[in-house]
Amino acid sequence: MTILSRFRGVAAFATACLITAPAFAAGGVAHPPAQSWSFSGPFGTYDRAQLQRGFKVYKEICSSCHGMQKLSFRNLAQPGGPGFTEGQIRTLAAEYTVKDGPNENGEMFDRPARLSDRLPSPYPNIETAKLANGGAVPPDFSVIAKARTYERGFPMFLVDIVTQYQEQGVDYIVALLNGYVEPPKGVKVEDGLYYNAYFPGNKIAMSNPLVRLFDDAGKPQEPDFYTDGTPMTREQVARDVAAFLMWAAEPHLEERKQTGAKVMLWLLVLAGLLFALKKRIWARLDQDAPAH
Amino acid sequence: MAEHHSSYVPSTGFGRWLDARLPIMRLMHDSAVSYPVPRNLNYFWTFGGILMMMLVAQIITGVVLAMHYTPHVDHAFASVEAIMRDVNYGWLMRYAHANGASMFFIAVYIHIARGLYYGSYKAPREVLWILGVVIFLLMMATAFMGYVLPWGQMSFWGATVITNLFSAVPVVGEAIVTWLWGGYSVDNPTLNRFFSLHYLLPFMIFGVVILHVWALHHVGQNNPSGVEVKNLRKDTVPFTPYATVKDLFAMVCFLMFFAWFVFYQPNFLGHADNYIPADPLKTPAHIVPEWYFLPYYGILRAVPDKLGGVVAMFASIAVLAFLPWLDTSRVKSGAYRPAFKVFFWVFVVVTVLLGYTGSQPTDKPVLMMGGRVVLDMVGFAQILTVYYFAHFFVILPLLGLFEKPLKLPASIADSVLGSMAGGAGRPVAAPAAPEK
Repeated sequence: MTILSRFRGVAAFATACLITAPAFAAGGVAHPPAQSWSFSGPFGTYDRAQLQRGFKVYKEICSSCHGMQKLSFRNLAQPGGPGFTEGQIRTLAAEYTVKDGPNENGEMFDRPARLSDRLPSPYPNIETAKLANGGAVPPDFSVIAKARTYERGFPMFLVDIVTQYQEQGVDYIVALLNGYVEPPKGVKVEDGLYYNAYFPGNKIAMSNPLVRLFDDAGKPQEPDFYTDGTPMTREQVARDVAAFLMWAAEPHLEERKQTGAKVMLWLLVLAGLLFALKKRIWARLDQDAPAH
Repeated sequence: MAEHHSSYVPSTGFGRWLDARLPIMRLMHDSAVSYPVPRNLNYFWTFGGILMMMLVAQIITGVVLAMHYTPHVDHAFASVEAIMRDVNYGWLMRYAHANGASMFFIAVYIHIARGLYYGSYKAPREVLWILGVVIFLLMMATAFMGYVLPWGQMSFWGATVITNLFSAVPVVGEAIVTWLWGGYSVDNPTLNRFFSLHYLLPFMIFGVVILHVWALHHVGQNNPSGVEVKNLRKDTVPFTPYATVKDLFAMVCFLMFFAWFVFYQPNFLGHADNYIPADPLKTPAHIVPEWYFLPYYGILRAVPDKLGGVVAMFASIAVLAFLPWLDTSRVKSGAYRPAFKVFFWVFVVVTVLLGYTGSQPTDKPVLMMGGRVVLDMVGFAQILTVYYFAHFFVILPLLGLFEKPLKLPASIADSVLGSMAGGAGRPVAAPAAPEK
């Protein structure tokens, strides 16, 4: 294959892309702005304090409608997570009541939650959830940060391979939580739905969940909600809960990236050695000695 | 390679004893050590080895995953999440397996493209090539069923769309679909049989790979010059150490590319909707298959008639099996075919664009003129589909008749040493005919 033929291929591809470019430009809702995350990039780690704040937001606000069925209390004290101590989590779990049984009398009974229990769901079943939410079921939050995304389009999706951008889900969650704005003129929003600039189709069944914490002007309603001195802003709260959801969806992210660095380094050294060996072995052919 | 005789000499008493009873060491020596390899192979020839590595990697990670996976509609999604969270290195196994499928297809597409460019399907390698097409089909079936197993939204709806294709078959279509499903919709029996077949098919692939390699070792490898081996001493090098070390180096480079996705971008090649548990009552806004199926999905949707679309989709792959007889040129390598070379790259671009159309909504405008949609996605896919088939049924047959190929080197050694001496290989009058 010659360089020229390769160039022709690239040129033809580029031309073809130009023809189709308008198709990529068309789109419905706004693109979520990219946030800065501690866990992005090849050496990213979670910000423990942020995960703890995010858990508080989830517990106080989101958990009244959204469960996290894949999460156990013990996970909250695991390495690579929010960094709660086991004692803190035991105390936390004891605040919840779970149904267990049957006991030796064949009866179900209530007991305080333990480390091994899953986080209790807000609704006993889907039908109750539907009834309480006008027919819509609030989605489970266990893997929601990986289950939400937005279209990156060409050529950004290729650039993402190099930059390792994969925070579409969390960027979307932050944008969504800050996306409750007045609908544009002429847009009619039906009863039970709310206008959101970032939700696909713009009409979402969830009312602004942060109204308890902030008034319409963005002024904090509970200034002491955060106890670690972090400023109470709507953006900060949205980022914190999104980061917590990212950890819940990808609890081994830190271990994965740290293992990746070791694997990459090992492979790089091995590739270097093999390349040198290959050069040496193939150099025998230049001496014009028969290879067989 | 009829003139290649076994050079195996057992060095121990046990070796001689075993060789007289089961010459397995001789077989291994002849096929992986002394096997003669054309000396001018470039790095595109390392993808066969890379594919073998990927097949083994998929089987190993898959066997481990199967130990923890539960093939039941109520537990499949949760069991995959349990693998991700609670199984030691489960995240690594699952991400390696899911991304491994994509890597397998990247490697196989490069492998196929190499064969297309250098005419590796031509005599005497027709059976070798057809076995490759069979492996490709088995890979597609395996990958499709594997994607269903996590039982996410795309798993369920992808399975629904693809199995429904068979309803296009006249008269018995509906009956076939019911039979495939094991019921009247994609449900637990479907998931169970897909799991069973997903475990079975890789071993069938392995079997056909053995035939593929056997055929390869019988006829010998093609090479960038497309000229057959004439003198073993001059034109070839022994597989070990020459090809072994080169293949190993290429495999490690490929592993780095693979690891980049597994450790840093594990969900890049997947679809976010598959992290939503399957819901038969809720259709996703856009049902799209995995990236490696997109060109065929583009062809399927380009044909307005359902049966026609299904036929076109399967034909787009089946046509590859007839390639040895559709390409009328006697010159193998695209390097010596100036016109073919251009059409090859156009074909590659058309296939990529077909994949793009498959990933987009059908009514999306492609070309606007004065505020009017001149061409939408389906129209674009139709043009590309026509070209795709024209490449095989019109361009390749005619090219062989009208194209004037460049002069071929007299031998592989000439093509290597000639280019070293300034590019002037000894010219020959006619294109080299197949050896046998």
